Amino acid sequence: MMMIFGKPAPLLFGQLLLGIINGSFYAMLSLGLAIIFGLLRVINFAHGALFMVGAFVTWGLLHYLGIDYWVALFAAPLIVGAFGLLLERGLIRFTYKLDILYGLLLTFGLALVLEGLFTNGFGSSGVSYNGPDILSGTLDLGFMFLPVYRGFVIVAAALVCFAVWFTIERTRLGALLRAATENPSLVQAFGVNVPRLVALTFAGGVALAGFAGVLAAPLYSVNPNMGSDLINTVFAVVVIGGMGSIGGAILTGFGLGVIQGFTEVFYPPASSVVVFAVMAIVLLARPAGLFGKAA
Amino acid sequence: MSDASMLNVRGLNAWYDESHVLHGMDFEVREGECVTLLGRNGAGKSTTLKAIMGLVPKRAGSVMFRGRELIAARPDVAGRAGIGFCPEDRGIFAGLSVEENLMLPPVVAPGGMSVADIHTLFPNLAERAKSAGTKLSGGEQQMLAIARILRTGAKLLLLDEPTEGLAPVIVQQIGRMIGEIKRRGFTVLLVEQNFHFASRMADRHYLVEHGQVVDMIPNHELPTRADSLHRRLGI
Ligand SMILES: Nc1ncnc2c1ncn2[C@@H]1O[C@H](COP(=O)(O)OP(=O)(O)OP(=O)(O)O)[C@@H](O)[C@H]1O
Ligand SMILES: [Mg+2]
Repeated sequence: MMMIFGKPAPLLFGQLLLGIINGSFYAMLSLGLAIIFGLLRVINFAHGALFMVGAFVTWGLLHYLGIDYWVALFAAPLIVGAFGLLLERGLIRFTYKLDILYGLLLTFGLALVLEGLFTNGFGSSGVSYNGPDILSGTLDLGFMFLPVYRGFVIVAAALVCFAVWFTIERTRLGALLRAATENPSLVQAFGVNVPRLVALTFAGGVALAGFAGVLAAPLYSVNPNMGSDLINTVFAVVVIGGMGSIGGAILTGFGLGVIQGFTEVFYPPASSVVVFAVMAIVLLARPAGLFGKAA
Repeated sequence: MSDASMLNVRGLNAWYDESHVLHGMDFEVREGECVTLLGRNGAGKSTTLKAIMGLVPKRAGSVMFRGRELIAARPDVAGRAGIGFCPEDRGIFAGLSVEENLMLPPVVAPGGMSVADIHTLFPNLAERAKSAGTKLSGGEQQMLAIARILRTGAKLLLLDEPTEGLAPVIVQQIGRMIGEIKRRGFTVLLVEQNFHFASRMADRHYLVEHGQVVDMIPNHELPTRADSLHRRLGI
């Protein structure tokens, strides 16, 4: 058997794959958090719960309505985004004029409410969801076997991350968002309906979490705590990447997934804390994060 | 020059939290005019422009723009109605390139200046299109801040101290620019501390003290009243 750094190559590649998969979710979720924080100055603690809702919506569409995965891939983010729009208009917008802690507390409460509701409805062990048959096999890459669905998740996540980055950094809509992040009242004086832009941005960020939820549904057990399990790491990713940096959130998400995967190979006990160790080191060296602009 | 009042401000009051800053400002700007607000530091000139746009926390009175009451309107409604705002700090976005800064304000009416005309008027903005907006010199940033509201079709421009902190040669350049803007039929409400600059640009001047208009001086009377004005402006 081929060995790399004294470890069997298949094990190493397997962990690398797992790392990239986890990194895909870190990237998609931290991207949404970074966009929302940038424009709304709200630390959205409900982000993990909305990711979970996305997974349950995917399951529910199939279970109750017979709507398959491919439709859910578009419908679930829309549904979660619309729900986000209601949350923003109905609750979150009232915290903008207050200290940043109020938005954090509100969304933290929302996360608990959502998780509680789904635990009531479906139990804490949750439900299982089978992905589409066409993505069910494995692919022999020569050096390892790649489950097709996992490959699909990586490609889909990379495409979505790129599309979001492109929209924000290279389009007129993105320029409006960046400008409104810097100076919302001046952008509004130019004739832009900034409150509407803010609401749609929240919906968009949350829809990204919903999309990640769809991708996750066939991969993990669909359960009420699947979001909160993930979100701690995602917050660390956002802090490491630098709050409000789009490219930074994506690169850091994938990068930390990989680091975590390799730690699992070389020193398994550290794999759950390595992200936080990286966070501590980065914060000491660069308090604004790897890609953040020093305030 | 037509007599139609483009902007008619009556009894305008404005507050920042508990501090009452404007105490019933009364003035008007007619179509095609260039009118200045003169006054000492802290008199309330910038607050007047912000209150017209709806950018103060609280305001009362009347702001009629082309026959339309804006006192209860959101800032984007004032912007859409055709008022272009150039703030005192210039408001150039650091996260946007020069070109993105220029193209940012949405077009609100037909008849704005074309990008080609703007680039002829401000060649620097074309040369430096890809640099970050805040990498420009102070003078270039000021020109960018004015240029981007010329594109939108806004007919009334609110310019807050466009010459502040700029070298005399740049001030001259800004002066030529405002002259060109007037020739093209824009209406301008100008806040200025530079008395000499104001006198070369404007048709009329309003003197602002403690959040009120205390005097109106047609530009041709300026020479005879310069002494008393200098005293009141503290210059
Ligand atoms: N954001 C704010 N919050 C509280 N008070 C403010 C604020 N902005 C201005 N003020 C106060 O309102 C008054 C008027 O300020 P304003 O900026 O309108 O004056 P100005 O005539 O433009 O002065 P300058 O010539 O220095 O620009 C001042 O007393 C100022 O301290
Ligand atoms: Mg001022």
